[in-house]
Amino acid sequence: MEIQTSEFKRCNVIKTSGRIDGSNAQELAQALKALTSKGKMNIVFDMSDVTFVASAGWWVLIDTQKTCKPAGELVLVKIDQGIKDSLNLVGMGSYFRTYEDVTSAVGDF
Amino acid sequence: MPTKRFTCSLKNLEEICDFVGHWAAQAGFNESDIYAVQLAVDEATTNIMEHGYGRECPSRIDITCETLEDGLKVVIYDDADPFNPETVPEPEINVSLDDLKPRGLGIFLMRKMMDEVQYESSPDKGNTLTMIKRHAR
Repeated sequence: MEIQTSEFKRCNVIKTSGRIDGSNAQELAQALKALTSKGKMNIVFDMSDVTFVASAGWWVLIDTQKTCKPAGELVLVKIDQGIKDSLNLVGMGSYFRTYEDVTSAVGDF
Repeated sequence: MPTKRFTCSLKNLEEICDFVGHWAAQAGFNESDIYAVQLAVDEATTNIMEHGYGRECPSRIDITCETLEDGLKVVIYDDADPFNPETVPEPEINVSLDDLKPRGLGIFLMRKMMDEVQYESSPDKGNTLTMIKRHAR
């Protein structure tokens, strides 16, 4: 799993592509922990190239959100419609603010 | 009825999703429903690998896809320890973030994504998980 992070003045942007499932969710968890352990609690997750998120992936994002709040927040950008539908169907959509583009998300911090 | 055999490795999840995704498309489902079938099967097979077999091993996970007049039937066979998803309680979802617990979400997703989820286990045939997705009327 290739993960890129970029640092901005008030937040960090993290990006990966493809699937997030039981085989690689821990790699994402480690990348997010590398940020939160340094006190970087404002995180934008660019999901524009993410095609699939299994529950293992959602728990990584939920855990990160628990760590970030209330000092900061994890927000999600450009979620694929199928992923969004599944998230909303189980009622977990309310735990994340979502944006349509990275610029708006970064600008809101 | 196409059946494909996979070994117990989380690295096979993508290939498993590709296989059921292909048959969901053959059954005439749209992209959103194909995603739902893939997610349900991904969660089911992840549970077999992590909770049933409990480790990466050469043991089988056989998946059969059958197109129906009104949808798709996916049957998953394995020889792991019996694990009945129907006994797992639904996770509490509409709670505060702090109270959200990482338990049972995969099975909850399976039930939500599919129209029927049925589990059987027998000493000679192993575990059989049957899931059906029907076209919206």
